[in-house]
Amino acid sequence: MRPIYLDNNATTRVDPEVVQAMLPLFTDQFGNPSSIHDFGASVGAAVKKARLQLQALIGAEFDHEITFTSGGTESDNAAILSALEVMPHRTEIVTSAVEHPAVLTLCAHLEKTRGIKVHTIPVDRHGRLDLDAYRAALTPHVAIVSIMWANNETGTIFPVAELADLAKEVGALFHTDAVQAVGKLPMDVKSVAIDMLSLSGHKVHGPKGIGALYVRRGVRFRSLVKGGHQERDRRAGTENTAGIVGFGKAAELALKFMDDQNTRVKSLRDRLEKGLLQRIPNAFVNGDLLERLPNTANIAFEYIEGEGILLLLSREGIACSSGSACSSGSLEPSHVLRAMNVPFTAAHGAIRFSFSRDNSEDDVDRVLEVMPGIVEKLRDLSPFGGRRDEVSRNFDPV
Amino acid sequence: MWDYSDQVKEHFFNPRNAGVLETANAVGEAGAISCGDALRLMIHIDPLTETITDAKFQTFGCGSAIASSSALTELIIGKTVDEVLRITNQDIVDFLGGLPLEKMHCSVMGYEALQAAISNFRGEQWVNDHDESALVCKCFGVDETIIERAVRINRLTTIEQISHYTKAGGGCSTCLESVEEVLVRINAAMAAEGLITAEQAYVVGATDIRALNNEARASTQSEPVVASGKTPRISPLRTARFPAKPGAASHRLTPLQRIRLIEDAVEGVRSHLKADGGDCELVDVDGDQVYVRLSGRCADCQIASATINSMRQKLHEATGLALCVIPVSRGSHP
Repeated sequence: MRPIYLDNNATTRVDPEVVQAMLPLFTDQFGNPSSIHDFGASVGAAVKKARLQLQALIGAEFDHEITFTSGGTESDNAAILSALEVMPHRTEIVTSAVEHPAVLTLCAHLEKTRGIKVHTIPVDRHGRLDLDAYRAALTPHVAIVSIMWANNETGTIFPVAELADLAKEVGALFHTDAVQAVGKLPMDVKSVAIDMLSLSGHKVHGPKGIGALYVRRGVRFRSLVKGGHQERDRRAGTENTAGIVGFGKAAELALKFMDDQNTRVKSLRDRLEKGLLQRIPNAFVNGDLLERLPNTANIAFEYIEGEGILLLLSREGIACSSGSACSSGSLEPSHVLRAMNVPFTAAHGAIRFSFSRDNSEDDVDRVLEVMPGIVEKLRDLSPFGGRRDEVSRNFDPV
Repeated sequence: MWDYSDQVKEHFFNPRNAGVLETANAVGEAGAISCGDALRLMIHIDPLTETITDAKFQTFGCGSAIASSSALTELIIGKTVDEVLRITNQDIVDFLGGLPLEKMHCSVMGYEALQAAISNFRGEQWVNDHDESALVCKCFGVDETIIERAVRINRLTTIEQISHYTKAGGGCSTCLESVEEVLVRINAAMAAEGLITAEQAYVVGATDIRALNNEARASTQSEPVVASGKTPRISPLRTARFPAKPGAASHRLTPLQRIRLIEDAVEGVRSHLKADGGDCELVDVDGDQVYVRLSGRCADCQIASATINSMRQKLHEATGLALCVIPVSRGSHP
């Protein structure tokens, strides 16, 4: 049975071209880019090339605005902690209720240990940010706004350019976690008011353990990791050279496949979504149907629980993920679905299918073939299954 | 994904005795859809021999919840009522070759449904009505009685274990202090009865609840621990039922009183909704499930599901009952 991977928002397959680009860094090009000799210089040039490749992907004005880190989580932590350090008189953070734990857990920690006030902006049932609450939270006390470009669970896109403009009006720095958006949405950061932006290698067919933080030129920055002078004093520690070169290659390929993401991959996603909703009653899409990543489908199947769906799909060789409580070990559904007020009859049965350029029409056909039977089987087992046509659908999508 | 035993996988992929038992003469329910898992156990008991001749289940929940339900039916078919009253959640765990620690509550749900079914057969009220016992965890509707049973049967001595076995404290975690109080009281009693040693008994402050609170939020990253199926066996409870707390009996509600109480509470909620240009009406009450129909501005409101959630909260505050509020559409009747 050919395995079908539809969990690309969790991580992606490393592109073979990326692997090829990385291999020399483990053999001939083992040097330390800080060294003055030729062993170091050739690696330094390879790192420089990767920085240019990332600059091109996000549309930065200068390559030195890119700092390599260990991943998206470190980038998020570095951005927020730096802002608090360079603006000590400002003691508030604005973020959203649906951020990645990399931001939310840090904010909760800062609230508890440093007395930082955190404004968590709510979202509506389609995952759209409450702009009135956002405007109300923006005051000259705010050091940094950290709001994701696109949500990892639903794919909902936030209007970061507008949000950044509003943040500027009160003099706050604007950071965005673009880990899910990069490579899926065309970006030109030099033309918007974003000060800092987090990136991750393994979400764009690059290796794990490598990420980057974009810091606009002129924005003051304090390094999170203290030590040597690497990365222009912005991130100490000998560079993960192989990771950096692989990330660079992945960025180059992501730019090349940008059209593919927004045409072919998007049509695969749309066909899966439409097909599932046609074949399966009492199912609906979570997220903003109009402003959404081209590769993500989050579908709630009412009256059944997500873990069961994942186990049965896994037996068919299909990999995806769930916002349900049981599959994660927590007892409540995901914080994203709860923030969206997805009804509890559906939140437990929400499944995320996330595509990449590796997927094909056959993958969609296979899911459409097995999914109705899986849902039917679990609904037959469920004591609530028989009620499914009687209970109100007061949660109509869009 | 979880490290489920082969038996758990087998009973999830090929559940035994799933479906509706038309001939059932006893039904027991545990859990609720809002809590993420729910089980309806239907059994047929021969009135002369008091032998369980058939059993079927319907379960909403994860893989281990379905497997636990399947295992439960296999454990009880062919046994007498007296025999099955000695079955505990640990028997379900053993039958399945162990469950991940975080999934122990699935086996407790099976135990609770079985006890409820037997009480139903005997025409008794199974003591899991929240008007009988103080509700400890509002997120998952867990009362003191359920915690006490799980603590005694499984000899639990930490707050985390209580969350794994009953879910109490696993949601908003504001009830952790109450959970701690209950644990201290029960462990002290168990130590006095010789069920555990004084050293094993939980003492106040043994766990930093604030830290636990954070851990609970972050625990999704940790590797699940598989509880051994070889947990030391203990004698079953001397009786399967616990006496109601002193004075609680006087608060027992008749079905009519209960419905009136719910009606009054819904009336209270209506005044709030009307202030926002909306309204609702009570359609039906079926056990813990309250069916309401939203109208006016509420019906088309973007945050109707938030309204339902806050209604559930308000009804709980007004009645002290753990109720599940289910919206029905215009013109339909559950």
